[in-house]
This record gives sequence, structure tokens and C-alpha cells, in this order.
Amino acid sequence: MKMELIQPFINAADAVLSQGLQGTTKVGTLTMEEEAYRRKGVAGMIALTGDIEGRIILDLEPQTAVKVASHYAGAELPESDALIKETIFELANQVVGNAISALNDQGFHFRVHPPLLLTAQEGDKTSEDTEALMISFETSLGHVFMNVALRYNKRRMADHAAVGA
Amino acid sequence: MEQFAPVKRSKDGQPVRYLIVDDSVFARKNLARMIETFGGQVAAEAGDGLTAISEFDRTHPDIVLMDITMPQMEGIEAAERIVQQHPEARIVMVSSVGYQENIVAALQRGARHFVQKPVKPEVLYEVIKYVLGDDGAVASAAGAGA
Repeated sequence: MKMELIQPFINAADAVLSQGLQGTTKVGTLTMEEEAYRRKGVAGMIALTGDIEGRIILDLEPQTAVKVASHYAGAELPESDALIKETIFELANQVVGNAISALNDQGFHFRVHPPLLLTAQEGDKTSEDTEALMISFETSLGHVFMNVALRYNKRRMADHAAVGA
Repeated sequence: MEQFAPVKRSKDGQPVRYLIVDDSVFARKNLARMIETFGGQVAAEAGDGLTAISEFDRTHPDIVLMDITMPQMEGIEAAERIVQQHPEARIVMVSSVGYQENIVAALQRGARHFVQKPVKPEVLYEVIKYVLGDDGAVASAAGAGA
């Protein structure tokens, strides 16, 4: 997977988490994932279609998710609160929105699909052309994991090239 | 959360009334908290563009804070429909998708301004003062309750 596709998502997550959690966020480990995705806790997935397609998962261990949602809510939330899921969805939306804004200004066009809650412990295995990158962000409230699996949509890119020729 | 000098309606000194439109409950709560720190009042909330139109007709808010990507009807279309019926409507788009095409489309179809998520309170505060123009007045801290 090309780093030029990943970098806007890392930058966006770093900015969104730093601002929202009002602290320094450190980009931790980056690992390639070839096996099926294994959920860590509360995970929201956003699919992208268009010139680049794939999905982004934002995943927080349950205790971290509660802490993060409570921080945003300004009050201690119980683990069962629906606002926890909403918080992770909105954070995922903000990360993806900011990243695709940067990519769109470079000429890529997308459709962003509404966030989905991952409920299965294990997701689909990534294929050869959509290998996934897992990035861990260290925040003051715990680790936030972002799993990015994207690929160029070759047909769309070829269409653009033909129009531009 | 930081406190700001309250922004009131200049015609009657009453709090500015807002319609918050976002499909995310989290985002609506977050904006509502910011509005409180600006001395404003939430007139209504909506989770999609269609509901936003009916809530605008019902409450006639001073400002609409409108998300773009929403179910049923997206924010830009809802903004356009509201402005067609109420040319005086002040709509500020609030979205994480802040690329140029989107911003231009929103402004061309009647929105007055655009704020990218994550929303910085100080940015939204300045945008609201700008969009209200002479219809808004910043009260001094001492006169906040007036």
C-alpha cells in the first residue's frame, strides 16, 4: 500500500486526537496486517469508494473508549452508554473527512459511507492488493488503533487518465 | 470548556437561537455545549436534512449549524431548500469533509460560512459573530446576564 495514501489518514488522526483530547498524541507502532482483522474493543468502520477504495477502522479497547467518550461528554459515562459508540463513530468520521479533504484537493474523488459498528471479533482477511496497515496512537487516555486498507481503483483511475488525455 | 463573552441578538438583547443539524448525537451535544459557552440557546436539533427544514420552519432560529453528510437529505441540499424559502436564513456548514469543491458548493447554494470538524470553539465563535454581523452584539462579561 502506498504511503502517500496512508499519510493523510495518519496526519488527520493525529490532529483530531490531539485537538479533541487536548494533549499530545504520539504515533506509535505501524504494522502490516496480512491476517483477518481482530477487533480490540469498540470499533467503527468507514468504507470509501471512488478513485481509492477500501476501509478505515478506528478501534479502542473498551476502557479507553469509555475514557475518551467521557472526556468528550464532560462527564463519566457508563460502559454501556450509546454515546460511546457515537463518539468513536464521530472521531472516525472526522479522521476520514479530514484525510479525504487533503486527498480530494490532490485530485482524488471519493464517496464516504456512514460508519458501521464492527461487532464480529474477526473481520475479512485482507487481499494481496488491499493489505492493511495498523497504526497505534498513544494518547493520554490510552491507545487508539487505526487500521487502514486502501487501494487505487484502477478502472476509475484509467477513466480519469483517458479523459485527461 | 473555555467561556466566551456572550453574543446576543442586537435587536432585543436575547440569546442567539440555534438549530443544530447533524446525524451524530455526539456532534450535536458537542456543538450544544459550545453554544452554551457563547451565551446562545439551542432552539432545536435535527438528525437529517428533511427534519432540519421542518425544524427551521417551526423555530425560525437565528443561526443553523448544518452537517453535510447525513441520511435522507444531505446538508447542502437542505441548506439550499431553507434559503429558497427563507433568504434571510444564516446557515453555517459544519463538516469534517472540508475540500474545496464541497465548500464552494455549500456557499453557492446559500450557506454563509463553513467550519471544518473537529470544531475549534474559538473558530466557531468568530464565524458566528461574522455571520450575525450587525444583528449580533457581544455583551460585556459583566452584562452577560442582562
